[in-house]
Amino acid sequence: MPITESEIIKLKEQAKSIRHDIIDTTVWSGGAHIGGALSMVEIMTILYFKYLNIKPEEPHWEERDRVVLSKGHGGVGYAPVLSARGYFPKDELKEFNHFMSNFGMHLDSLKVKGVDVSTGSLGHGLPMAVGLALGARLQNKSWKTYCILGDGECNEGSVWEAAMSAAHFKVTNLITFVDRNKMMIDGRTEEVMALEPFADKWKAFGFIVKEIDGHDFKALSEAIDYAHSETKAPVLILCNTKKGRGVDFMEDQVKWHYGSIDSDLAAKAHESVNRG
Amino acid sequence: MAKEVTGTTWTVYDANTMTQAEIYGSVLCELGEKYPKIVGLSADLAKSTKIGVFGDKFPDRFFNVGIAEQNMFGVAAGLAKSGLLPFVSTMAAFTAMRGLEQVRTDICYQNLNVKIIATHGGVSFGAAGTTHHCTEDISIMRSIANMTVIVPADGIETACAVRAAVEWPGPVYIRIGRGFEPTYYQSEDYGFRIGKAQTISEGTDITLICCGITVLQAAEAAKMLKEQDGLSVRVLNMHTIKPLDEEAIMKAVLETRRIITFEDHNIFGGLGSAVADVIAKSGKGCAFEKAGIPDCYCVVGYPEDLYCHYGLDCDSIVNKVREVMGRDFEEDESWEDEV
Repeated sequence: MPITESEIIKLKEQAKSIRHDIIDTTVWSGGAHIGGALSMVEIMTILYFKYLNIKPEEPHWEERDRVVLSKGHGGVGYAPVLSARGYFPKDELKEFNHFMSNFGMHLDSLKVKGVDVSTGSLGHGLPMAVGLALGARLQNKSWKTYCILGDGECNEGSVWEAAMSAAHFKVTNLITFVDRNKMMIDGRTEEVMALEPFADKWKAFGFIVKEIDGHDFKALSEAIDYAHSETKAPVLILCNTKKGRGVDFMEDQVKWHYGSIDSDLAAKAHESVNRG
Repeated sequence: MAKEVTGTTWTVYDANTMTQAEIYGSVLCELGEKYPKIVGLSADLAKSTKIGVFGDKFPDRFFNVGIAEQNMFGVAAGLAKSGLLPFVSTMAAFTAMRGLEQVRTDICYQNLNVKIIATHGGVSFGAAGTTHHCTEDISIMRSIANMTVIVPADGIETACAVRAAVEWPGPVYIRIGRGFEPTYYQSEDYGFRIGKAQTISEGTDITLICCGITVLQAAEAAKMLKEQDGLSVRVLNMHTIKPLDEEAIMKAVLETRRIITFEDHNIFGGLGSAVADVIAKSGKGCAFEKAGIPDCYCVVGYPEDLYCHYGLDCDSIVNKVREVMGRDFEEDESWEDEV
């Protein structure tokens, strides 16, 4: 179903609300991976508020679609989405990173409702997503697996082992995104360890690549619809994004990969989101 | 001689002509019939690890991921998350080291129902050299929370362990060898239970705690020591390193006062260290020795020669027992008041 203008307006509002929640959670947590959390907001929002077949009131429902946030440090961006979608009250996020909390910066599937797979160590998500998708196919299940990779993460060899196997096994019930925010902890991806020609690499590994603006709901929707219709090869949605997106003083700044914000800075961040 | 046993029990005949790995492959095929959720994975070692026979029988349920162990263990985690029961096989070295982070973080951290059968454990790949040996895996695997660690004595016990693993919740690491190691057990009906040591022989003078290939050697050594030295040697097959049968160890401490461990593994961190933990914690005095690979990279050779070289064969075990029995532990202090 092509996305409608009214859907886009609603998703934009939802994304804005998620960004506010990410800022709040970053304050409560004392420090979080806010840059990469903000860059993937549209990807996570369109999945959880348009596409995923899930039942938040029944987190282990067998027929649910699965999500693997391979860039597990995006936990501070993921937990607010799950909360907004109804998996748990927003108040629980106030414990993020705290002693004995269910929420660490990398979310634990045994502790956080709605998290299908524990991630955090980079390069682990796509192999597990391939396994999930193969498992669904083998059991004649119609649910799909969505995997969200970071771009810096794609330095890991295991990503490419998994990519090779996804193409080899023709895993087309898997939809893979890369949050291409072009930054990693130590700097710009092209300076630390160049990924380009990035799309060509995925193509060479047997993926069909859709390169889009990862903050554009219409483009995301078209790419996901395409991936759902594709039956010959796995699809990679290469999402060009901006690290820190939505908070002007964080945008495209390496230093905001991980950071702490006090209430003054948080107020500025909220204002920036409201302006955007 | 061949003794046909019907039903799900493996036969004597097979154990005498098949390697541990071959028996594993056959048992897995048999279990595959009974449990449709079992799937198999290997990393271009389907033939060497014998999981390939499962793949031949159930091609849709078998995934050879190529030479990519990290991906294999990640895919196994995903398959388990989807509700299936993966059995994964590659060499011990590529399980406990190359794929370790995926084993620990993807499988054990999430407490997934993945069964790992690691072949070519210890120095059983002999002449292949250190790259293909694994004398670290017991140590590594027993330090991973949620993991169960089993080192079967032979092919028959491998069959028992694989069957038991199906019903045992959570991740299991079963470490087997490669070659045609002679078998100790004659049939599967001896009462194998995960976490429960098997008493191979009763004894009151000294206890030999063994796993893997050393079980048979120690059993033979006990017989020789009885005949030649009049010693009463207890031999325990400690096939499960984790969870460890602490009760059997404490019984040996109190009843025999001397313990030697034998394992095809580095003397640090393996069976010997696990047993030592129990003894140390008990506060009870006990003469104690660990035999194994003495914290070095193994020399090249056939496994049989390597086991002799590192003191894990029957004759070496006899000599080690005589050495420990000859020590004057007991003369130094009174034991009675400690019991």
